[in-house]
Amino acid sequence: MTTSVLPSRRDEAWRYSDIDAVVAAWPLPAPESIIVPAGGKFARAIVQDAGDIRQIELVLGKGAAAALHILNIGGAYGRIELAVTLHEGADFMLGAAQIGGGAQNLEIVTTVTHAEPGATSRQVVRSVLGGTATGTYLGKVAVARDAQQTDSEQDVKAMLLNRSATANAKPELEIFADDVKCAHGCAIGELDPMALYYLQSRGLPPGEAKKLMLQAFVAGVFDGAEDEEQLQALALAKLGELV
Amino acid sequence: MLKIENLHATVADKPILKGLSLSINAGEIHAIMGPNGAGKSTLSYVLGGRPGYEVTEGSVDFDGQDLLDMEPHERASAGLFLGFQYPVEIPGVSNVQFLRESLNAQRKARGLEPLSGGEFLKVAREKAALLKMDMDMLKRPVNVGFSGGEKKRNEMVQMGILDPRLAILDETDSGLDIDALRTVGDGINSIMRRPDKAVLLITHYQRLLDYVQPDFVHVLAAGRIVKSGGPELARELEEHGYAEIAA
Repeated sequence: MTTSVLPSRRDEAWRYSDIDAVVAAWPLPAPESIIVPAGGKFARAIVQDAGDIRQIELVLGKGAAAALHILNIGGAYGRIELAVTLHEGADFMLGAAQIGGGAQNLEIVTTVTHAEPGATSRQVVRSVLGGTATGTYLGKVAVARDAQQTDSEQDVKAMLLNRSATANAKPELEIFADDVKCAHGCAIGELDPMALYYLQSRGLPPGEAKKLMLQAFVAGVFDGAEDEEQLQALALAKLGELV
Repeated sequence: MLKIENLHATVADKPILKGLSLSINAGEIHAIMGPNGAGKSTLSYVLGGRPGYEVTEGSVDFDGQDLLDMEPHERASAGLFLGFQYPVEIPGVSNVQFLRESLNAQRKARGLEPLSGGEFLKVAREKAALLKMDMDMLKRPVNVGFSGGEKKRNEMVQMGILDPRLAILDETDSGLDIDALRTVGDGINSIMRRPDKAVLLITHYQRLLDYVQPDFVHVLAAGRIVKSGGPELARELEEHGYAEIAA
């Protein structure tokens, strides 16, 4: 992942980025490296709330498991980039929400490499965008030639609160093995006006009705996180600013 | 309580209500019957403030307030409840959380303290039992995976919890089997038949009226009330059909 040359929008992984912000932060510090040894377990929650470019390289040894939970909500530009390498039978789980308003540009960029057989990966990403904000998910799953019985899933959804907000979502598969399961789903939508009306007809003011639906939209991504309640509370507070 | 005068309304620029007038006093139950396309559901949505239902003429007074000037949530806080013909499924949002937040939003608007989780559950349990609905269903996402009958029962549980002064029930009897019809009828009587409350039942059929005896029956045809009478009018309609009466 080491970014030694200043990226431009011609680079696929930086296509929707705020290049001025990248220039201002240049040179980027070396990516954080996390190695989970064979059979090990790792879990972390990342809250990006101040505007930051964060790069993480994660290597999971044989049979290791890692769960990352990300809440990407802060600053004019917030980018979280993950490069994950899975060895035999490793298991990687990502649950992420990015919630942006104003002119925020938020992105989550992942490359998950199934280097050896029998590893599993599951990524669930939810974006909620208002104002003229941009939210991007670029997710590449690479399956090496010998990585049979790979099981990977990308579940990506975005909710636009205004017609002026933008969501980019690109799940990408690069598969060199022939006995694998790689699922990917992607949807971008708006809040259902009939559901909003139904909630309001029971007495909820419009902002509260929207908040309740958006809370439900992002709720699942923090399932199983150690600080689930805190993540939910932070997400809810941010949603409250948008509606 | 409710005074509708010369109401005209359009949906997607198409005139549907064409001069409808109706007065409902506290303590009364009114039934509106009428053929398909007469404007029955439009009337309920106009009174409930659904976006896209535009009033072009006339007025609606609810307890001295201009109902048409209020947002949907303000109408609810003022004591209006709309039972939907097609209750909406909302994945991920639990019934209990939704209803507690709704009730507390209404209480806040009326200057009352919010109910605690425990207090709310006590009310919810009581109303669910009244409508013979399993408490587990109240904890599930709003209407998701509910059968048609379960959705209508859930509407009545919501009505019981929110305790409105005026309920407009749009074809609450459709989709109900005979036992459920009796349960729902009993529920409406027990929740709403009070001297300070009123009900507007919108229905195609006489059968709900066997359980919830209306004081007045009105026939709605082509956007207007063309005939009003007592409970006997519903039986006449059942016997002779709308064509003869509405003509």
